[in-house]
Amino acid sequence: MKRLLIVMAALALVATACGGGSDSQASADDCTLGQTDGDLNLYNWTEYIPTGSLAEEAEVTDLIAAFEDEFGVNVVLTEYDSNETMLAQIDAGVAYDVVVPSDYMVSIMRSDDLLVKLNPDTVPNMANIADEFTALPYDPGNLYSAPYQWGTTGIGYKYGEIDDENGVSWGVIFDPAMNADNTGFISLLDDERETMGAALIYLGYSLNTTSEAEVDEAAALIKATKDRIAAFSSAGYWDLLTSGETMVSQGWNGDFLAAYDEASTDEYDAYEDFGYAIPTEGAAAWVDTIAVPATVEHPCTAQTFINFILDAKNGATLTNYNYYASPNAAAEEFIWEDILEWEAIYPPDDVVQRLEFFEDLGDFGTYYADAYSAAKS
Amino acid sequence: MTLTDERKPSEEEAANPELERGAERREAWRGFLHAVPAYAYLIVFFVLPLVIVFVFSFASRGRTGRPLLEDWNVDGWARLTDPLVRTIVGRSLLVAVMNTVFCLVIGYAFAYWIATRRKQSTRTLLLILVLIPFWSNFLVRTYAWRMLLDSDGYITQLGEFTGLWGRTLFTLPAVFLGLLYGYLPFMVLPLYAAIERIDWSLVEAGRDLYASGVKAFLRITLPLSRPGIIAGSILVFVPSLGAYVTPDILGGAKTTLLGNFIVTQFGAARNWPFGSALSGAILIVMLLATILYFRTGGRTV
Repeated sequence: MKRLLIVMAALALVATACGGGSDSQASADDCTLGQTDGDLNLYNWTEYIPTGSLAEEAEVTDLIAAFEDEFGVNVVLTEYDSNETMLAQIDAGVAYDVVVPSDYMVSIMRSDDLLVKLNPDTVPNMANIADEFTALPYDPGNLYSAPYQWGTTGIGYKYGEIDDENGVSWGVIFDPAMNADNTGFISLLDDERETMGAALIYLGYSLNTTSEAEVDEAAALIKATKDRIAAFSSAGYWDLLTSGETMVSQGWNGDFLAAYDEASTDEYDAYEDFGYAIPTEGAAAWVDTIAVPATVEHPCTAQTFINFILDAKNGATLTNYNYYASPNAAAEEFIWEDILEWEAIYPPDDVVQRLEFFEDLGDFGTYYADAYSAAKS
Repeated sequence: MTLTDERKPSEEEAANPELERGAERREAWRGFLHAVPAYAYLIVFFVLPLVIVFVFSFASRGRTGRPLLEDWNVDGWARLTDPLVRTIVGRSLLVAVMNTVFCLVIGYAFAYWIATRRKQSTRTLLLILVLIPFWSNFLVRTYAWRMLLDSDGYITQLGEFTGLWGRTLFTLPAVFLGLLYGYLPFMVLPLYAAIERIDWSLVEAGRDLYASGVKAFLRITLPLSRPGIIAGSILVFVPSLGAYVTPDILGGAKTTLLGNFIVTQFGAARNWPFGSALSGAILIVMLLATILYFRTGGRTV
């Protein structure tokens, strides 16, 4: 038995050593505009691209069917619910042609050589991207990724439960004196960067701080707030709000609006009861991007798909469907008027000034993770 | 190993040691062949993942969090003594022990009741009822509890009607309720098996010798059901220690338990070596508990 164990140990070592590296840096450079080289394996966030019955319900174009029709290939859509899940798949060598990583994840994937550089000739629609989104720190010049959608992390709440006359403060979550009535009816995201970020902003610090003292202070604030909140939740918090289990909730703008839509019926308009605010102290903003992972098998189809998404009309369809703002400047004329005027989606300039993007903090990221775990234990 | 039934050597074999050895060898070979599927299963789904976990626990963490199979170190294991880990382990142990005690008290009474039903058909029916929840997914059942415990839930309404409790969702009692619900069958089944095979004439004999009902239970029934108590306790304790879904869904993820802490290491924190060391430590505790179980005569179950 002992000898068998040793053999197994050796086998496991070999298996893990082989699994790690992926040298399939497929040559995306040889592709030409509109070329396809096989079916598309798309790996995207849940319900982030209009297709099937959901597209029908939202009365927007089924983008996947449209791509299939136009280029004569099949699209296989797989969905994920967190950047880390996607990263683990790509890192393990699972083949996908296109992924949708968030800003900080682009940094991580670039450092680990998990993204394929785009061939500018195959994605001329990159010119549609608004100037603000062409030089962000995670990928200056958008060499490896194209901005897909952007959004904010703010507060969704039930009208009448908090004072929102002069804007909403993060204090409705972190200051017991400001919102004593809703003790036990508040939810925070369950994510060390987002949750700690809200506390850091409330305390007046940057959400990308690398000061241990500031992070410790934010962790202490979350620990002190724990008794007042119902749940830490990054998925389903919108349902808690619309079903009355919470009154105040930290979350992503598009999630809230989609939930309000879903809660509305022919007789009931949820927007009369629920709102979304970017707090007065500021908030986190993020960009999700569309990119080609190192495990790509059909690099030409992948880039053709990215160019297809960056098309003005298709970019507008994304926003009309998922209620997140489009980084695509050319798309604006095709986005529905009421969405463009919707401040929860397109915040006014003075609010945009208060937004801050998350940056990858490298090794310091574990300090956030540990401080957050400590705050919750 | 129990597959090789011990055959008594026939007289002929006993008379001829050469023949006897040959028979033994054939016997051992046949036993091994019988066990091949079990060995293969254990190696592929138990030993191999275990080895991978242990290998990664000595790996290093790259700048972006990618686990690197180089610069082997014991940092992950060293961190197990962190005050943070101690707090989380302490709380997880407390939750697991308390859940095991709750399950044991309720499960024992329940198993005793089932095992003492006179008709076999009644006992079978009751056992099937215990097993029925397993026909649906644990996650789904936990979400069902969420509906029972939320503001409009029946349990909350009952509490408000009687004035005894309000919304219990997202509280520690809700977590305990969910754990008790989830793991009670693991306690009931081995206890039932142990109690059912007790020779009740022993209890009768005890009573004939003027033992009180309580004394007869403590001196006869309880010791005889010990294998069931140990097996059930291990089956409840081990998964309770790593409970992950229940504290998240019913407790609102407000308390980090070991399970959640490990998930964080493999997800957002991207610290595979540390997460592997934590998992490895739990596995070692599990193995020790199981060995202890076999040493204390659990074989009879």
